[in-house]
Amino acid sequence: MSKTTEQVRKSLAKRYRAERRFKAFGVGAIGFGLLALVLLFTDIIGKGHSAFFETYVKMEVTFDQDTLDISDVRDEEQLNFANYDGVIRNALREEFPSASGRQEKRELYSLISTGAGYELRDLLKDDPSLMGKSITLWLLADDDVDVYVKSAQDDRLESRLSDNQKSWIESLEAQDRVELQWNQSLFTHGDSREPELAGIWGAVTGSFFTMLVTLILSFPIGVAAAIYLEEFAPKNKFTDFIEVNINNLAAVPSIIFGLLGLAVIIGLFGLPRSVPVVGGIVLTLMTLPTIIISSRAAIKAVPPSIREAAMGLGASKMQVVLHHVLPLALPGMLTGAIIGMAQALGETAPLLMIGMVAFIVDVPGGPLDPSTVLPVQIYLWADSPEQSFVALTSAAIMVLLSFLIAMNTLAVFLRKRLERRW
Amino acid sequence: MQTGNLLLLLVVMIAGAYYMGHRRSFALARPLGGIRHLHSLPFYYAMRTAIWCAIPALVVLGVWLAFDDTLIRNMVMGSLPAASQPVDGSAANLMLNQISNVASGALSPASVSPEIAAAAEKLNSLRQLNTMAITVVVIVVAMLGTAWGWVKISPQMRARQQVEKVLQTLFMLSATIAILTTVGILMSVLFESIRFFGKVPATDFLFGLHWSPQTALRADQVASEGAFGAIPLFVGTLLISAIALLVAVPVGLMSAIYLAEYAPARVRAFAKPALEVLAGVPTVVYGFFAALTVAPVIRQIGESIGLDVASESALAAGLVMGVMIIPFVSSLADDVITAVPQALRDASLGLGATRSETIKKVIFPAALPGIMGGILLAASRAIGETMIVVMAAGLAANLTANPLDAVTTVTVQIVTLLTGDQEFDSAKTLAAFALGLMLFITTLLLNVIALHIVKKYREQYD
Repeated sequence: MSKTTEQVRKSLAKRYRAERRFKAFGVGAIGFGLLALVLLFTDIIGKGHSAFFETYVKMEVTFDQDTLDISDVRDEEQLNFANYDGVIRNALREEFPSASGRQEKRELYSLISTGAGYELRDLLKDDPSLMGKSITLWLLADDDVDVYVKSAQDDRLESRLSDNQKSWIESLEAQDRVELQWNQSLFTHGDSREPELAGIWGAVTGSFFTMLVTLILSFPIGVAAAIYLEEFAPKNKFTDFIEVNINNLAAVPSIIFGLLGLAVIIGLFGLPRSVPVVGGIVLTLMTLPTIIISSRAAIKAVPPSIREAAMGLGASKMQVVLHHVLPLALPGMLTGAIIGMAQALGETAPLLMIGMVAFIVDVPGGPLDPSTVLPVQIYLWADSPEQSFVALTSAAIMVLLSFLIAMNTLAVFLRKRLERRW
Repeated sequence: MQTGNLLLLLVVMIAGAYYMGHRRSFALARPLGGIRHLHSLPFYYAMRTAIWCAIPALVVLGVWLAFDDTLIRNMVMGSLPAASQPVDGSAANLMLNQISNVASGALSPASVSPEIAAAAEKLNSLRQLNTMAITVVVIVVAMLGTAWGWVKISPQMRARQQVEKVLQTLFMLSATIAILTTVGILMSVLFESIRFFGKVPATDFLFGLHWSPQTALRADQVASEGAFGAIPLFVGTLLISAIALLVAVPVGLMSAIYLAEYAPARVRAFAKPALEVLAGVPTVVYGFFAALTVAPVIRQIGESIGLDVASESALAAGLVMGVMIIPFVSSLADDVITAVPQALRDASLGLGATRSETIKKVIFPAALPGIMGGILLAASRAIGETMIVVMAAGLAANLTANPLDAVTTVTVQIVTLLTGDQEFDSAKTLAAFALGLMLFITTLLLNVIALHIVKKYREQYD
């Protein structure tokens, strides 16, 4: 055995150890990435799942004409401004007569949400014959009560509620009059300062209008630009300059697009702040590079034989492109557009710049109404001090993520089903 | 008529023009013996008529809408008696606001001076006149265009070439939007920055060590002058980005190597898309995760070993940002590693090297330029990232390199300076644009260098 072989044999064990170590690093790296993913999702779901249900308290409520201050049940005006909170307060006082003094009474009244009165109003509007009668109802509880009811026995000690309030809730719980019900307001209401009344519907509609504007603008423009660059552009300095610009724009931080929107679209063109149209334009400029790049890839994937065959039959260049290349490239372009839209849907920073962070309670009715979008709503709620908003934020994140997952799945599906390989 | 309705009407008119053009081309072809005697297909004659209807009308509408507001305002302000003319620009703005509030009914005319009420009335009547005029003019232009396009149709006309020319021009205009966007970005940050540097010397901004942008609102207020030294922001940005890269580069690189060189096809098919999910999660979600989950955990760990950790530590933001850019690094690295020719691997393995030796001594050096490019791109991502730092990093500008302290970044300051109430001319607002300019230049340079490296060394082995 030669000396070299001897040396190699001796070093083998060490080299194999190094090999195993290296491989373990690789596995560790993948594991770290996947662990982060799992942690992120379990954390969000763990925090957010409870927000899909909220606490209701069963109460016997009397529609007392004097308390409500209504003289005529058919008068819409009076029904709208009647004192429903008074009715609820009466019910609470009857339930817990021990509460005395201003402070204790206030504590008692704050068990029920300020929004519960609207439920009574709707009931009375639907059925005026309820006037003067007593009915048993599930009333929406305040968010602090909600947190208390949902938390485990040990955590209840840290609650913000006073001892009186705790004992009242526990006596209600003992009578089985506290229940978790599906949180409908989350999906039907706009934003609110009260966590139990706040919902994402306003933000979802705002996101919808913003995405609509983005799609209408960015898809045609992106496809047209891609067609020009792939099929018509002469090879010259100007075309090179366009390409350099597109590549750079793809890597410009999104917040810069917000500055552009603020200075040019709002400052120079005078469009209003906080509206989906401006948000849509800004997001269009941001997603255009993505759409152009993927559309160009789709056009490139169409084999030259198709073009040559059409050309040979006498089609003009434009006819070749519009009648043959474009239909074949369309699935790929759509996939790119969906991915670009998903990016735009999750984008927050540029929209902060153009004022879509305002506190807006109303659900927007069109792309020119002030509104906010889902990611910005998440940002706003994450900043709110109330404890219930943490769960609400996580729930909104779950909704946003499910939209994104749906869009990306659709893109993958489209690619698998429609894209042709030559 | 409302602009939206006018546009709808225009669409109907364009469809009508198309139909008329179509009819006429057939009518012209019939005596000649069918459409094969026309120069172009009827579709092109119809399209040409529709284009003649649409483009002049849209151009007129666009130009009109761009200028009518300013014109009307000037006319209203001009109509005010000389005594009540505003003294300067901001007073004029205030007055205009008041006038338009009265005009829209938000303010009762009784609560303002009679001149303003009269001006509001004039504004309303001018606006009415304007919408009427715009409707009439646009409809007339569209009709004239259609008539012109319709009359001109003849069997010899080269309609197809004309239509194609218009389409091609439209395509080209779409492509130039990329240039316009870049120019728009440059102009918007540049102009405001120049105004900012008129108020604050550029050297103070670039080399100053103290950042506190709160300026006094009134001259007699006891507030700080407002210091605009951006060095603490640059250091904070670099600190957080460095932490992020320290996480993302090793993890991203090693996972790319493992996936490309070791992983069985089934593991790769699962792990690669799973990692890419990390890139699809919106940044605001990462911000929430960093602020509410990671930061408290880091703080607790720090406390348990006796370290004083700020609740908005750079470490939390940097760690989470690092997780965010893992897939970015790994997919770029994966591309360049798989692009290394198989012959190099075979040669190295054939000489008796182990796999890890092949990777370390052959593949890695070969892929290095591409990997470097990828890292630079990741760095530019980290520097420009906004939401994670806005939610998880601090607001106070501390000049420190301690990752357990709270630092602030360029993007955080842009957001805080520009959200909420603001006047457009104060140094505070303008400072945001100066920061934006720095951010734009930095990321642009990083991208250009990265693309240059990737391009220059990519095809070395082919």
